Amino acid sequence: MSLELKNVEKKIGLDTHIYSTNLKLEKNTINILLGSTLAGKTTLMQIMAGLDKPTSGEIWFNNKNVTGMKVQKRNVSMVYQQFINYPNFTVYDNIASPLKITGVSSDETKQRVGKVAELLKLSGMLNKKPNELSGGQQQRTALARALVKDSDLILLDEPLANLDFKLREELREELPKLFENRDCIVVYATTEPSEALLLGGNTATLQEGKIIQYGKTLDTYNKPNSLVSAQVFSDPPMNIAKIKKSGDQCSFLQNDIQWKTKLNIKDGEYKVGIRPHNITTYKEGNNTLEIKGKVLISEISGSESLIHFTNGNLNWVSLSNGVFQKNVGDEMNLYMNTDEFVYFDQNERLVSNG
Amino acid sequence: MNKTVNQKAWFFVIPVFVLVAFNAIIPLMTVVNYAFQETFGNNVFMWEGTRWFKQIMLSERFHASLGRQFLFTFIILFIQIPLGIAIALTMPKEGIGVPVCLVLMSMPLLIPWNVVGAMWNIFALPDIGFLGHSLNALGFDYNFTQQIGDAWFTTILMDVWHWTSLVVLLSYAGLRSIQPAYYQAAEIDGASRWAIFTKIELPKMKKVLTIAILLRFMDSFMIYTEPFVLTGGGPGNATAFLSIDLVKMALGQFDLGPAAAMSLIYFFIVLLVCWVFYTLMMRNEGNQ
Repeated sequence: MSLELKNVEKKIGLDTHIYSTNLKLEKNTINILLGSTLAGKTTLMQIMAGLDKPTSGEIWFNNKNVTGMKVQKRNVSMVYQQFINYPNFTVYDNIASPLKITGVSSDETKQRVGKVAELLKLSGMLNKKPNELSGGQQQRTALARALVKDSDLILLDEPLANLDFKLREELREELPKLFENRDCIVVYATTEPSEALLLGGNTATLQEGKIIQYGKTLDTYNKPNSLVSAQVFSDPPMNIAKIKKSGDQCSFLQNDIQWKTKLNIKDGEYKVGIRPHNITTYKEGNNTLEIKGKVLISEISGSESLIHFTNGNLNWVSLSNGVFQKNVGDEMNLYMNTDEFVYFDQNERLVSNG
Repeated sequence: MNKTVNQKAWFFVIPVFVLVAFNAIIPLMTVVNYAFQETFGNNVFMWEGTRWFKQIMLSERFHASLGRQFLFTFIILFIQIPLGIAIALTMPKEGIGVPVCLVLMSMPLLIPWNVVGAMWNIFALPDIGFLGHSLNALGFDYNFTQQIGDAWFTTILMDVWHWTSLVVLLSYAGLRSIQPAYYQAAEIDGASRWAIFTKIELPKMKKVLTIAILLRFMDSFMIYTEPFVLTGGGPGNATAFLSIDLVKMALGQFDLGPAAAMSLIYFFIVLLVCWVFYTLMMRNEGNQ
């Protein structure tokens, strides 16, 4: 089983929503489409589902051309950002609705709905109507509707975006389990890098209607093929600086901080990307580099602390473990782990790591 | 929580109370005052207790006009609500057609009510009106000033023309507020057009339709100007709906006591029907 997009392109009027895209998704994989709003995630999913036709290009499923085939014939299911359920059906009837239309016997329906309801912790509320449920339970019902069908392709379009923080965390942890041992391809769109890392599988980074990089989630994260891909897959955004390399010495153009590198590349100017969590208030790793910073903003996020600071022209973010607050304007020392630096050439393509 | 007593808070309540008193309670109390007394002018009143209420409740004339009123309201709701939904469903969803349709739809709503009555009176005149003359030319024996059926037909047609737009606009707003994802989800399920209408669109439009039905019920139940100008309640009393009958009694015959009692009964019927209908429609709406 595989889903393949061949030179798929989508234009509406003069606007190109999806630039020519080639992508092959394999059986039993979770595939994450990672990108900001308007990157083209939803459009791409609707083309995959058959809800929308590409302007040009082909979609192949199981080595069969399914371009233009209606969505009802494709055995797909989809979960949306909004909680989409039939308003005057009970939870049971909502989950059972895809089975009823395809004519599954009532005994089997009962058994399958029961199983999926248990998986999603809905067993106690099968007789309730959607508007009597919390947002989280409504989305669980929508997920159950998508799972009960045994689809070949399950599309999830930012399913957690409309939930409040607690419910989102809770459901996010359950998601990988839901897709285990399922004979299907899962496509999951999200704007949050942390969600991609948690779900694992494969990740495609998207920007402005283009797939920038596709590969195993950890590879995409650790070896971004370009600065754009690294930016999409970094939250808070990656810190960037211009550097100069000569011999085994590297230095920032903006200041005279220097460090040694094992990089085997030509001397010259490059760009370095440093993820916020590689700039910390404490030393980490063997090759640390000290940098002075003047605090711009200090904020706490969960059990981590973000410090926005400046050093000359550099305007960077650091992310450290622990909960603490710094005063605006304070001078402080921060430490960077040079092993984690990501180097890009002048065209912002990846040169090498470390 | 401990509530503190602060008498100064009355200063915030009094302005609203005075306002409501002037625009609702005092006029209503005047009517209540007349409803329990008899007067021959000169500001001399005699206590009559519930006599006028009994008289109205037992009056065949009241029963007849109440019956006509319910029949009329029922017929126009039965036509306007489905027709309004049907038109809203066929209206364009995007492009230049949207504002064009919306403006065209609002036109009848902007015309003053007595003008609507006068317009339709002339339109339907059997000798010179376009509608009346055409119907007669086609061989129908149509004369709304003399035949009861024709008078009802014309009154209903006028009301449908005047007010269906309101149902259309409300339904259209209800339909437009349904997120496209609902339609996509139904498409993925393979739901039919009819299933989409009954399982998604109607339930999603429930609240807005409740309002539409309530507004149309209240307005049509209290209709006065248009039939008064069109038929004057005739022929005979055939189209004398409650308010026309009420005005005849109060100002034509100057029976202030019975007319006041009838006003109050009329008011309570409207209130009761609206309350029952709204409660029934909203009983399963949960906490949303």
